[in-house]
Amino acid sequence: MTVTAAKPAGSGATPPPEPKPDGVTFTIDGIETTVPKGTLVIRAAEQLGIQIPRFCDHPLLAPAGACRQCLVEVWAPGRDGKVAKMPKPQASCTLTATPGMDVRTQRTSAEADKAQHGVMELLLINHPLDCPVCDKGGECPLQNQAMSNGRSQTRFVDVKRTFPKPIAVSTEILLDRERCILCQRCTRFSREIAGDPFIDLQKRGAMQQIGRFDADVLGFAGAGVDREDAASDGTLAFDDRVFLGADIPVGPAAPTVDDDRSGSPFASYFSGNTVQICPVGALTGAAYRFRARPFDLVSTPGVAEHDSSGAAIRVDHRRGVVLRRLAGEDPEVNEEWLTDKDRFAFTWQSAADRITTPLVRDRAADGTRGELHPASWAEALEVAAHGLEQARAAGGVGVLPGGRLTVEDAYAYGKFARVVLGTNDVDLRARPHSDEELAFLGHAVAGTGLGVTFRDLEAAPTVLLAGLEAEEEAGVVFLRLRKGVVAGRTRVHAVAPLASRGLERLDGTLLRAAPGTEPEVLDAIGSGELADLGAALGAAGALVLVGERLAAVPGALSAVLRLAERTGARVAWIPRRAGERGGVEAGALPTLLPGGRPVADAAARVDVAAAWDVEHLPTEPGRDTAAILAAAADGTLGGLLVGGVDVRDLPDPAAARAALAATGFVVSLEVRASEVTALADVVLPVAPPVERPGTFVSWEGRVRPFPQALTSTAMPDHRVLDALADALGVTLGLRTLAEVHADADPLTGEWDGARVAAPDVAAAEPPAVAPGHAVLASWHQLLDAGRLQDGEPFLAGTAKRPVARLSPATAAAAGVPDGALVTVATDAGSITLPAVVTDMADHVVWLPTASAGSQVRDALRAVPGDPVRVGPAAGPDATDEEVPA
Amino acid sequence: MADTPDRSVERSQGGGEVAAPRVRPYESLIPKRSPVADALAPAAGFGVTLKNFFSRTVTEQYPFEAAPVKPRFHGRHQLNRYPDGLEKCIGCELCAWACPADAIYVEASDNTPEKQMSPGERFGSVYQINYLRCIFCGLCIEACPTRALTMTNEFELAGPTREGLIFEKQDLLAPLAEGMLAAPHPMVEGTTDTEYYRGEVTGPTAAQVDWVAEQRPDDPTLAAARRRAGTTAAPATASADAPAPTGPVGREAR
Repeated sequence: MTVTAAKPAGSGATPPPEPKPDGVTFTIDGIETTVPKGTLVIRAAEQLGIQIPRFCDHPLLAPAGACRQCLVEVWAPGRDGKVAKMPKPQASCTLTATPGMDVRTQRTSAEADKAQHGVMELLLINHPLDCPVCDKGGECPLQNQAMSNGRSQTRFVDVKRTFPKPIAVSTEILLDRERCILCQRCTRFSREIAGDPFIDLQKRGAMQQIGRFDADVLGFAGAGVDREDAASDGTLAFDDRVFLGADIPVGPAAPTVDDDRSGSPFASYFSGNTVQICPVGALTGAAYRFRARPFDLVSTPGVAEHDSSGAAIRVDHRRGVVLRRLAGEDPEVNEEWLTDKDRFAFTWQSAADRITTPLVRDRAADGTRGELHPASWAEALEVAAHGLEQARAAGGVGVLPGGRLTVEDAYAYGKFARVVLGTNDVDLRARPHSDEELAFLGHAVAGTGLGVTFRDLEAAPTVLLAGLEAEEEAGVVFLRLRKGVVAGRTRVHAVAPLASRGLERLDGTLLRAAPGTEPEVLDAIGSGELADLGAALGAAGALVLVGERLAAVPGALSAVLRLAERTGARVAWIPRRAGERGGVEAGALPTLLPGGRPVADAAARVDVAAAWDVEHLPTEPGRDTAAILAAAADGTLGGLLVGGVDVRDLPDPAAARAALAATGFVVSLEVRASEVTALADVVLPVAPPVERPGTFVSWEGRVRPFPQALTSTAMPDHRVLDALADALGVTLGLRTLAEVHADADPLTGEWDGARVAAPDVAAAEPPAVAPGHAVLASWHQLLDAGRLQDGEPFLAGTAKRPVARLSPATAAAAGVPDGALVTVATDAGSITLPAVVTDMADHVVWLPTASAGSQVRDALRAVPGDPVRVGPAAGPDATDEEVPA
Repeated sequence: MADTPDRSVERSQGGGEVAAPRVRPYESLIPKRSPVADALAPAAGFGVTLKNFFSRTVTEQYPFEAAPVKPRFHGRHQLNRYPDGLEKCIGCELCAWACPADAIYVEASDNTPEKQMSPGERFGSVYQINYLRCIFCGLCIEACPTRALTMTNEFELAGPTREGLIFEKQDLLAPLAEGMLAAPHPMVEGTTDTEYYRGEVTGPTAAQVDWVAEQRPDDPTLAAARRRAGTTAAPATASADAPAPTGPVGREAR
């Protein structure tokens, strides 16, 4: 560290503590301290290094004073100015510091110490002595503080209160009520942070307990119900001898996982956080229950790979097996919260279909595919190099890296395409995309560094969500927005066909737009009815958050940029996948080189060619994903190099399958067997994030490096590509992480040359909707049938039930009553789901993009904005499900 | 302390240098013998030899005759069972935590109605002790909250391979005593793990035997367990909210 002279006040990271005008000076244990006005005594004590025991207190939750463990003796000036002792010990977690106060904690006050011992003794009266089997044992605040601030011997001789255990709050979260000390951290988190109050306090006195108000558990309506029946009908009341096991009801249609319609309990996307903040073992996760003890786990910090937020996580593993993931603490990014997907969906990395050795396929002379055979790395690389060489000669090779890669891997794919394959045909976007989006990314996203941040989200006066479902696509973004909304700072508006539950919990305003009409709505902001919103977006700090869905709407991204220019609001692009922003920065796009350098710019090409030590780079802008697949299908391209791409994610999976089948040579770099590896000629296994170090770039542009958690011989993509380039006679220089960064970092800094021009695409005329038809609207649910959630049945059980949503008028026109099955069809196929009549845009039907039973792209070959046929489902089921309005 | 040599250091007269400690001459602590005893001492030495000619031999004929050890000798570990055959180990890993030699590895699993291995919700599904590392200190058995882990007197722990000295759960489990019913099987009806821990379960019940007979008709422990279940006494106590148990639940003196 460099030691520098004292900086002028204000510029240092930590300015010296000097009494502020609104500071409060008081003493704790005889130590005088000055804190900002409104500071809680327990926080001020923390800053002095004085530990006051506590359970309910959590720095990110509002003070509650529920557990009474933090009692301290307080002397404060009275009206006469004399410092007098308060008659009773006070809870320091709800007490704000006042001037002249004299606080005496258990360190200096026998009274405070006695009070804390008394509270601890009372808390422990009904707490079971099952620490040896409790998941929290070893990392339990109650255990620790009972040792530090409790009696060494119990005086309690009576029978403890017991409850039948455990209750499954959802398939993922289990509740042992007898362990609960009623601190209400879980209920406060649900209410204050997530806005999903799915559990709350119920009953009174000694029987007070956390729960879902299940009649069976509380014994109101289900007094005569047999326990076995209750367990089998999904209410899951267990008696003492019926324990949870593999027979837990799972599946997206589990009855406990209702939508918001019926008012019955629903699963929260953030429920795992309650397990982490529970100070006792009352809430446990079904997947981790009894799997390990905290003291034999090895913890490695990590970054969540399921969305573009780059949430900090902690990977806990034992003997090479990941057993759980917890939220890491990063106040700049995810604070201490995590979505359930980031927390629980990690088993995909060790699934049974992991590819462990390179595989090579025999092809007959006529090109028909044989079986994949295990091969050595040397053989497989040789075969792959030979095939790619021939394919390059036969028209070229297209590169599809996929959007889930680290920035190092994306960079390696981009460099491999340009240097080894001599083409710009590289596109990481495995989803609906457009040239307009390429221009948008090149103009407004690539190489812009850290732009809008999470802190900006919670401070923004106005946020416009354009084609973004914050809760479904980036859960941490949703929590930050909600923090601003709850604090009364932020107003959220959303351009969408319907107000989702997420938007309702953001207290948001819906600017109703059928798919395809978003540009119209965006252009209307600032005039007419939306004049106020235009003015609000002109305020300092106003934000426009753009989701990846707008890429499929012609003119929408152009309209976003026009809106930003008109109002001065800042724009942030929030893709769903963890690797997309990094891939944009690393140049894994057909028109962009690393650092936002346009391919079309000769100076940029010279820049990069010099850095890469090659004569010249390909000048022609490359094909995008759809064009690569089309060219592969018609034989224009001789081969494909595919990374982590799930065929079902592509805009037209059927066409993609045909292209993969038709292509002469396919090389796949995959973690697990997939539809691509089933058609590939050479499969090279690569490491999942937990078995390699790497870096994600979050949507903010924040660099999120993570270390390797597990010992592994699996190689990351960049190292495999380096070896493949070696086999092709090119030295890529991307063997290790350090080499990649030495190569890439000079290029990914600020590009001072010309940027890609802003897109200016006219909005398409909305298609006329024929009778019996509707426009398709669709987005991904957070928990769906994605391959990265495989192997986690408890998590899948908390997914939202897939439904089709229609407006009352659309439903009536289609002849579908609320709750009946509706069939949405195109010429390619159909999807049948229960209909939910929703207040939304007319002539629009909404389907979840990739949930169980609703693979929109696969089944319908349609993207949002396409017309689809809507009608009641054929067959008798349609009337069985009917619910009277 | 008075006998210890005085090692105090004095500054030398000239200053600067440190003088050597004063050392007192050696004095034996053995009391001086009389001159007569001194003269007879060489012959008296043979007396010890002669006396041992006529005393009992102490040579152990170890491996041919088993060497007796003290009753609380720290030998090979054993994972105990409750009288109805359920395992006592709950997989809490406290033994592994206590182990100073890192010789114990435990993994726990859920007890399910189909596979109830121990009373309560949790059992140890993987249990390994590495006798290449174990130092037989006994901290693990002190840590065990259910007295599942105890030590036997067996000390013959040598083998030709390293793998063979990592004892698995089946190597460590106590054999089923006469009348015990092999796990898995349900707990005695109407009991919780507390009743088991208090020793109120004294043997398998007819219901448990029937359950095993239905699930595993060929189980070799069935016959003895059925005889035992037929003879055991009626329950003495039961938990407050549970239905009246029909099995042998009685408070056993511990």
